[in-house]
Amino acid sequence: MNDIVQFVVSSLSLGGLYALMALGLVIVYGILRLINFAYGELVMVGGYSLLILGKTVWPWIFVAALSVAMAVLASVLMERVGFRPVRNASPTTMLITSFAISALLQNIALLTVSPRPQAVRLPGFFVQTLTIGGFRVKAVDLISLAVSLILLGVLTVFLRRTIMGMALRASADDFTMARLLGVRANGVIAVAFAISGFMAGIVSLFWVGRSSLVEPAVGLQPVLIAFIASVVGGMESLKGAVLGGYLLGFLTVGLQSVLPQSLLDYRQAVTFSIVIVLLLIRPQGLIGGTYAREAR
Amino acid sequence: MNARALHVPRWVERAFPLIVLVVGLLAIAAGTDLLAGRVFQRVVTVMFINVILVVALQIFTGNSGLMSFAHVAFMAIGAYGSIWFSLSSQEKRLTLPDMPESWFLHQVHLPFIPALIAAGLVAAAVGAVLGVPLLRLRDASFTIASFAWLIIVHSVALQWDELTRGSRTVFGIPQYTGLWTATGWMLLFVALAFLFREMPLGLKLRAARDDEAAAWSIGISSAWVRWVAWVFSVFVAAVAGGLWAHFITTFSPNSFYLRQTFLIVAMLIIGGSGSVSGAVIGAVAVSLTSEALRSVENWLNLQRAAQTALGQVIPFQLVGFTEIVIALAMIAVLILRPSGLTRGREIRWPFGPKLDRPAAVEPTPERAG
Repeated sequence: MNDIVQFVVSSLSLGGLYALMALGLVIVYGILRLINFAYGELVMVGGYSLLILGKTVWPWIFVAALSVAMAVLASVLMERVGFRPVRNASPTTMLITSFAISALLQNIALLTVSPRPQAVRLPGFFVQTLTIGGFRVKAVDLISLAVSLILLGVLTVFLRRTIMGMALRASADDFTMARLLGVRANGVIAVAFAISGFMAGIVSLFWVGRSSLVEPAVGLQPVLIAFIASVVGGMESLKGAVLGGYLLGFLTVGLQSVLPQSLLDYRQAVTFSIVIVLLLIRPQGLIGGTYAREAR
Repeated sequence: MNARALHVPRWVERAFPLIVLVVGLLAIAAGTDLLAGRVFQRVVTVMFINVILVVALQIFTGNSGLMSFAHVAFMAIGAYGSIWFSLSSQEKRLTLPDMPESWFLHQVHLPFIPALIAAGLVAAAVGAVLGVPLLRLRDASFTIASFAWLIIVHSVALQWDELTRGSRTVFGIPQYTGLWTATGWMLLFVALAFLFREMPLGLKLRAARDDEAAAWSIGISSAWVRWVAWVFSVFVAAVAGGLWAHFITTFSPNSFYLRQTFLIVAMLIIGGSGSVSGAVIGAVAVSLTSEALRSVENWLNLQRAAQTALGQVIPFQLVGFTEIVIALAMIAVLILRPSGLTRGREIRWPFGPKLDRPAAVEPTPERAG
């Protein structure tokens, strides 16, 4: 029984984290058709802010909030400087641009901070194990579970109940039409990138929190996970991203306890083969977009 | 007719870009051989192998318009494949100690060139099978799937000890590739890529890239031409991998991952993916620039280590400085000149009538700005 509870809690917490990663990627893709490779570097910015600001005497929660803010700032800046000039180019050109930006930011971190992984100050509650009603669970799992659920809720309300949220959804459906109806393109895109950066910032807290280390390539794994989750769930749909994230969380934790060690080493190869197969038989993912889009 | 028009046989005019490239590259090779020291010869040999890789990518990406991140994975297959075939059973005991001696592959021992071609064929066979499903995808989904393939090959290479020695470095590979071997293969593939672009198949592929529906309507099977270009391009990348393996002589799966992918994609984008001239110019320009930057980087690091007046103002050990410049150059090209330095065209016959041929314009989907 204890095992099952632990399995469910860690799957849900990992899945929630993955869902946030995928959401950050998909919210930009929905509007710009840009698959942002440099999304991982936003996680890196969050992680390094945590490292550098963590050396002060400020309370951790304040440092964490600042780190998330840095990731948001980096994301908005990235759009303004890097993506706006290529906004009208083909999706492939935008993707290559994001690839270049990702390499650029990683190497800046390599140059200015350190190529080596560095330890980050973490608060005590991150590493505690709690006993609730006889079940032992890791505190960090419960926190990330709660945070992801709250964020998903807040995002849903934002998208459904506010003018900006509705403008975002309209732009994701049909950007040209939305603009004809008076939605400001620059504003909507900036907000989408801000949300993307916010997700990356939150993700960086928990992702770095898991290993307590940051290095220039810290964002690679999150961005790969976000790719998989969003391709599986459907690039066009935010619900799909969330579904894909949770699915992947359960799959990861499940495979870890089921597969023998020799096969576990090939886990990444297997997961990515699944991505290719899924792209082929269901290119739109498990949940398709709101309506079939003309093939580009 | 323009006053500058100079009448030459038609084929001279058509083959002019190729002639310029071949003469230019030969001049670099000869100059390096005669004048340069060992270190620079090494740099030029690696550069020539990178030219082959970028040309391989151009054969597919330039003519089909689909960006592939998978080519470095095929380079890896070519590199490991070439050592399976070129090493003797004796040498394999040292270089690939985990390969069971009972395997047929353990007994295979081919001369260098057949081994290279065999490795290329293995990669081409893998590419041929992979291409059938993969090439059904378009645009960004294709790129993501090709990226997934890069990760698959990398993680398999890290684990499959029998074939790759796992994550450990393989060493003890005989150095068969020299400056002139690399030059010869490079010139061959540059010529083939140029011919491929101009021959009917290449023209059909470019037609399908520019307007798939119109190409369909005149009876072009876009799936077939794409597949042929893909398999050919994968073969070339794998041969380049084999040449590289027999030049560098020690490598590990990490040699064929994001760093190398970034490098060849940057070379192609900076030079211009639409033409073979662009691929060659991009590879040469980026190689030479990054080599120059790297020596500046090393010199500055030495200054810093020696605590000279200049060294004291450098706040940190310089690493990744070269990559930063390449990445910035790539972003600048993408923004200011999206079809690359050559604008996607071949080098033109300078004495011809001044025809304003329409530039290869990237198809721009209707997007808001």
